[in-house]
Amino acid sequence: MSRERMVNAALMALLLGVPLWAWATDEPFTITLATRVAILALAGVGLNIALGLGGLVSLGHAAFFGIGGYAMGILASHAQSYTPLMESPFLLEGTKSMPVIWLVAILASALAALVIGALSLRTSGVYFIMITLAFGQMLYFFSISWPAYGGEDGLSIYLRNGFPGLNTLDPIQFFALCFGCLAAALWFNARLVRSPFGLALNAARQSPERVETVGLGTFRLRLVAFVISGAITGLAGALFADLNRFVSPGMFSWQMSGEIMVFVILGGVGRLYGPVAGAALFITLEHVLGGISPFWHVWLGFLLLLVVLFARGGVIGLLAGRRVAHD
Amino acid sequence: MTPLLFIEQVLNGLQFGVMLFLMAAGLTLVFGVMGLINLAHGSLYMVGAFAAAAVAGWSGSFLLALVAALAASAAAGAIVELTVIRRLYDRDHLDQVLATFALILIFSEGTRWLFGSFPLFLDIPDWLSGPVTLPGGIEYPLYRLAIIAVGLSIATGLFWLIARTRLGIRIRAGESDREMIAALGVDISRLYTIVFALGAALAGLAGAMVGAIQSVQVGMGEPVLILAFVVIVIGGIGSIKGALVGALLVGLTDTLGGLLLPEAFKLFMETSDATATGSALASMLIYILMAVVLVWRPRGLFGGAT
Repeated sequence: MSRERMVNAALMALLLGVPLWAWATDEPFTITLATRVAILALAGVGLNIALGLGGLVSLGHAAFFGIGGYAMGILASHAQSYTPLMESPFLLEGTKSMPVIWLVAILASALAALVIGALSLRTSGVYFIMITLAFGQMLYFFSISWPAYGGEDGLSIYLRNGFPGLNTLDPIQFFALCFGCLAAALWFNARLVRSPFGLALNAARQSPERVETVGLGTFRLRLVAFVISGAITGLAGALFADLNRFVSPGMFSWQMSGEIMVFVILGGVGRLYGPVAGAALFITLEHVLGGISPFWHVWLGFLLLLVVLFARGGVIGLLAGRRVAHD
Repeated sequence: MTPLLFIEQVLNGLQFGVMLFLMAAGLTLVFGVMGLINLAHGSLYMVGAFAAAAVAGWSGSFLLALVAALAASAAAGAIVELTVIRRLYDRDHLDQVLATFALILIFSEGTRWLFGSFPLFLDIPDWLSGPVTLPGGIEYPLYRLAIIAVGLSIATGLFWLIARTRLGIRIRAGESDREMIAALGVDISRLYTIVFALGAALAGLAGAMVGAIQSVQVGMGEPVLILAFVVIVIGGIGSIKGALVGALLVGLTDTLGGLLLPEAFKLFMETSDATATGSALASMLIYILMAVVLVWRPRGLFGGAT
């Protein structure tokens, strides 16, 4: 077992162990914190596919996070007010069922990623960073000024949505669901990296000219990666909205995009479990530093600066040592 | 809608565009010369506004406040360049985005620490307040006209600086080949500090001038920063001319879109629906404009071939 795998296993054991311990000692708040870690890590896993594997620096992933959140908010708000989503051409009802909501969130954010990706991938470099940022802002302002679903105030859902066979209002059971989603996404990501598609994508990041010469279209590879990435982040958005039982335009804000990126970088770019380490560190810092000073973002800023300037492999890089570089 | 209202909105759009130009000029210079993407540019705008508000509150003089804004933001820019930014020039864009995102966190929370969360107010001085009557009987605030005048004269000055002075020649040379001008004996790191401080000073000036119309508060820089990004992407990164055209385009589109779109939708929708749909669409309009420009010309209107 390599050192990185040991670090990864320890990380997952910790993420599973802390809430179980909190459950045994009856500390629901700690379970909620761990649930946030799992959900934000899931959003990071999504971004990491575009960023780490595809080399696509997207500063607009809050768009997909928010779409996932609003998919949940819109479906659940229609279900709780017993009004249909639309009546013509066919009747569409809201729902409180998590699997359906997840499916809608994944499809909606994948569709958005397809459109945003198809337009943004025409550009590269700084232009790509800025156009993804701009698409995120576009949705942000749209969600603020569109009055049908709460506008600036957001949407509150009174009861958490249900999952067959589970009581989602119980913190530990909801945590189990989120942890399950995270584990599934990590498994999928690991398979993806080793698949022919993942190898081609990796190659397209390292040497696009060669990949083109071999006869693979880099645009299509990157677009598929962007769609998968957006879909996973969208699922995280739906879970995040369910955790808070609240969606607001804040989920679309560019600070959200920045924070998701911070999870990935704090943990280590392109490392499979980097987002988990990053999100865990972020939430722990928020909790610990936030208790000491209301201005904890200053210290987060300094820490982030140090990581970017001096510790480029992030947490996983620090613990597991530098990876043998192929690029 | 009357023609008077329309002309007033055109002037508002012009004023907004001119302010955006001051922000975008610094961003595009820094990107063009150093190849650096600086998210913390909005923080320098905020620093300018806070310095102006603090000095105006203490001395009562608006001109002194503007000088303080220029000095404080240029100093903040120079310090940031010397301590952090210069380590980022040969890093990839991802590192630059993150490090400057970290700077935003430090600047925003640091300012909140110093000044508190409540907005400060910066008053328009007496000699610039009140409306003036323009030809055609339009009443328009003198202060906003002054902003347009200041912005346009700075734009002229900047074009002159880039095209005619020795500093401008070095800046353009730095854009095209930094090794070569370093080899020719130009102190490239000092040039970078000067360019960064110049961009910061322009942002600070914009912050101070807008601070007198709106309130001065933490986080005021980021919305403007993102609009400035839209501007330079539309204009083509690195081009001052592109920044000016892009800024005016964005300023006018945003202001007139908010006015015209709800009116246009009223032609075939109910009034309340039309207002909602129109203003929702208007808030997205500049991003749609940017997407259209990028699809049409992926390097912006005045972007170079490389």
